[in-house]
Amino acid sequence: MKLPHLARRRGAAGLLLALCAPQAQAHLVETGLGPVYDGIAHFALTPEDLIPVLALAALAGLRGADHARRAIIVLPLAWLLGGLLGAWFKLPAIASLAWLPLLALGGLVAADLRLPVAATTLIAAAAGGFLGLANGAAMAQAGPGVRGVIGIVGAVFVVTTLVAAAAVAWQQGWQRIAWRAAGSWIAASGLLLLGWSLR
Amino acid sequence: MRRSVARHALVAMALAALGPPALAHVEQAQAAGLLSGLAHPVSGLDHVLAMVAVGLWGAQLGAPAIWLLPLTFPIVMALGGLLGLLGIALPGVELGIAASAILLGAAVMTERRLPLVVAAALVGVFAVFHGHAHGTELPPGQSGLLYSLGFVVATGCLHAIGIAIGAIHRWPAGRVALRIAGGGVGLAGLFFLWRAVA
Repeated sequence: MKLPHLARRRGAAGLLLALCAPQAQAHLVETGLGPVYDGIAHFALTPEDLIPVLALAALAGLRGADHARRAIIVLPLAWLLGGLLGAWFKLPAIASLAWLPLLALGGLVAADLRLPVAATTLIAAAAGGFLGLANGAAMAQAGPGVRGVIGIVGAVFVVTTLVAAAAVAWQQGWQRIAWRAAGSWIAASGLLLLGWSLR
Repeated sequence: MRRSVARHALVAMALAALGPPALAHVEQAQAAGLLSGLAHPVSGLDHVLAMVAVGLWGAQLGAPAIWLLPLTFPIVMALGGLLGLLGIALPGVELGIAASAILLGAAVMTERRLPLVVAAALVGVFAVFHGHAHGTELPPGQSGLLYSLGFVVATGCLHAIGIAIGAIHRWPAGRVALRIAGGGVGLAGLFFLWRAVA
């Protein structure tokens, strides 16, 4: 009499666990250090976020220190604004457009166009807003929410500053060509990503 | 008693199988995508020789071709890859790849100095064939972006190797060696052509 009762309880527990199984949402790396660090790790390990930031920082740095200073401030602020909007209003994720900033920013670096500071500011604001919006929506779905966005924005600021400074300092002769080649590689990857997303 | 236990376990298992699907993005495949992309261009001799020949020819032509050809090649190659990914067929892809090795090898062998626009257009046409053939072979479960990035970077590195080897162009003996190397690439292209036709 004891064994069937135990078996019934175990079976019921198994049923309960099976029905309560949550959907896995492994879009985010869990560091175990909290949502801010989860956001930083997410940014560092997500090429769709990291590479456009590298491209924008290179674009601004190649145009000069005043462009770089503007991008260092505008990109994280726009990212934060977009992230907050995405997280609070739970906007749908726009991951299928990940190719767009890669193609646009990589193409601009490769083309080495002479842009005014206002244009660099506008591009930084647009890129930050777009990527932040996508991040905010993903963070809201995955769990860390706004604190995850704050971690990402901090990482964006640090990466943009370092890469823009490197581009300002190293752009003579073949170094500029190397930046432009990297831009063409990023643009080409964006174009191929467009193909993967349409496939 | 045992039947009851088995029945409960069976029901629990059946219900567990009805659980919602896991939508996990397999993060461990991300790095594998990059490595696959990096390895793919160097795994085919036709692609390797043509890409190195682009660098050699650029080195022979000097500035601005030395940096303009490798700069435009990846984007045009990606355009070819995009056509392949969209399912737009390109006739004679293998013939085009073989022709790229023959003509680029011949250009290096003869130190042919074409106008920059013509040289860029020629290399661009070949880039479409290479992108169409090689840029779309993503192993299942891997990151499309990292694969693409690896593929493009490896191709760019092959150009850089060609440019570095082409630096011997400044010495008379090096110039001869480059022309011999160009002849070798052209001969290999003929072999690829024979293999494509046969």
